[in-house]
Amino acid sequence: MTWYARSDTGPRKARPEKTQGAAPTESLWLRCEGCDEVILRREVEKNLRVCPRCNHHMRLTGRERIAATLDEGTFEERDADMESDDPLSFKDSKRYRDRVKSTQKATGEKDAFVWGYGSLGGKPVAVGAFVFAFQGGSMGSVVGEKIARMYDGAREERIPCILFSASGGARMQEGILSLMQMAKTCGALAHFREVKQPYISVLTDPTTGGVAASFSMLGDVIIAEPKALVGFAGARVIEQTIRQKLPEGFQRAEFLLTHGMVDMVVPRGELRDKLVTLIDLMAG
Amino acid sequence: MALATLPFEKPVAELDHRIAELRRMGGPRLENQIRALEDKAEALRDHIFSRLTRWQMVQLSRHPRRPYSLDYISRIFTDFQEFHGDRRFADDESIVAGFARLDDVRVMVIGQQKGRGTKENLRRNFGMPRPEGYRKALRLMKLAERFDRPIITFIDTPGAYPGIGAEERGQSQAIAENLEEMMKLRVPVISTVIGEGGSGGALALGVTDRINMLRYTTYSVITPEGCASILWRDAANADKAAEAMRLTAPDLVKLGIIDEVIDEARGGAHRDPGLTAANVERVINRQLDQLLSMDAETRIADRRAKYRAMGVALEPTREPEERARARTRRRTR
Repeated sequence: MTWYARSDTGPRKARPEKTQGAAPTESLWLRCEGCDEVILRREVEKNLRVCPRCNHHMRLTGRERIAATLDEGTFEERDADMESDDPLSFKDSKRYRDRVKSTQKATGEKDAFVWGYGSLGGKPVAVGAFVFAFQGGSMGSVVGEKIARMYDGAREERIPCILFSASGGARMQEGILSLMQMAKTCGALAHFREVKQPYISVLTDPTTGGVAASFSMLGDVIIAEPKALVGFAGARVIEQTIRQKLPEGFQRAEFLLTHGMVDMVVPRGELRDKLVTLIDLMAG
Repeated sequence: MALATLPFEKPVAELDHRIAELRRMGGPRLENQIRALEDKAEALRDHIFSRLTRWQMVQLSRHPRRPYSLDYISRIFTDFQEFHGDRRFADDESIVAGFARLDDVRVMVIGQQKGRGTKENLRRNFGMPRPEGYRKALRLMKLAERFDRPIITFIDTPGAYPGIGAEERGQSQAIAENLEEMMKLRVPVISTVIGEGGSGGALALGVTDRINMLRYTTYSVITPEGCASILWRDAANADKAAEAMRLTAPDLVKLGIIDEVIDEARGGAHRDPGLTAANVERVINRQLDQLLSMDAETRIADRRAKYRAMGVALEPTREPEERARARTRRRTR
């Protein structure tokens, strides 16, 4: 496990790290949501945020994910300063503009998606990852535009493309513009398919709604992390609609594998090697 | 047949009721009184409909007497031949589709179909398609492409169905595949929202060269109730959510998403389905003529570029003109 380097996060490495589910203070210990055990933070981080006791896969930030994937020190971020313009002047109990600002402060990210170029096993790739801690990884104009540019970039460079999803779906505060990001990204993806390079979609916990119902489920290979929640509708909505309890393991990675919706379920520790092999087998 | 009355229509409905009463009494002496009341009712209706809130528009888009896809298909097309099934699992009756004739052009028509009354609504699943519905639609779009037939779609769904079977059979995969495949269709594709444009379940028939909305319809990323229950923690705030989301036809023109707003009959499409259908037919015919004069490559490139330009983002370090290009395209018309 030496290839995982936290400092390898490109030009913005000085930013504070925030991981969903982690204790608010940088304590030495953290509690695993899987087994409820208290574990040394250092142990968990060394293990790619997979619980060494129960194998629970905790969420990674976008940058942690990319760092854990690419060859050390090779990530070059693109569109790093793109941010939302609040096109609807949306306001619920709080103004969307203010929500974005406070989330930016809390996460150290401009929005919910990070992408760029790097190398994986010595080969150039385009790679992007959702930041779930940024408004539930929701997709508005910024996320959609960045993803479309990632496909465009991979097409122009004729290189493989890897996308890590972690999102609740479309961002409500940008209304119909968010919905249309589904079509926009799929259009750019359709264009990317004209070059013979693989598009690898990795579904991490959770991948639902408009993100699942667009590019995430369109990988040439679809990989899911163990127990990741993946589906179109949220469990609560389904339960309210059909008025019955959902079966155990419903919408989990293994459920999708059984139903033929993903190619493989790969533990985080094996993921990087798996990606290298797949690209080697598939890329032009 | 009595028309279901929405709360905000009550004052007009009362006048209508009085007019009906007077008519029943009959007699030449009442004619003038009836005419005066009719004028008053029309004026009141126009007044109410000229200042509808977004939430009222939502209610109109769901009006139980609103014309549905089959009502438009029977009025606009001839020789409609309904095709069934996705050839994989089942026939989903919340989507109807088949070849038909639009004047002298042979086309494929596909629409989401709600039911009238409980029995039909159960059969149609309240217009909420399952994966097999989207796969049927895609199968027939591909068929249309092979036979070089333009595709006309009608959107009218609260959303894709959230159910166990739908998830098991890949609801998200089915929608996703439609988005990508529609982007590549070599034939002209036109969509029209005739009621509710509910989220990804609507978009799966909506990646098209032209997008139209009838005057009193909505198109949104989530239902106002869903948005309200998440952001306001109470579905009862749906009216506020509807306002905030800007989901009406004029809103979507301003946001650069749709091409045209098609007028409905006074008081809504259900008050004169024939007139409303004629309006739809006129617009589709005009757009189709225009699209047929282009070659497939241009249509596909334009379609992709249209969606590519949707969205608004800030990029402080980019050159101003590049930034301007990245912003929402506001088409001139």
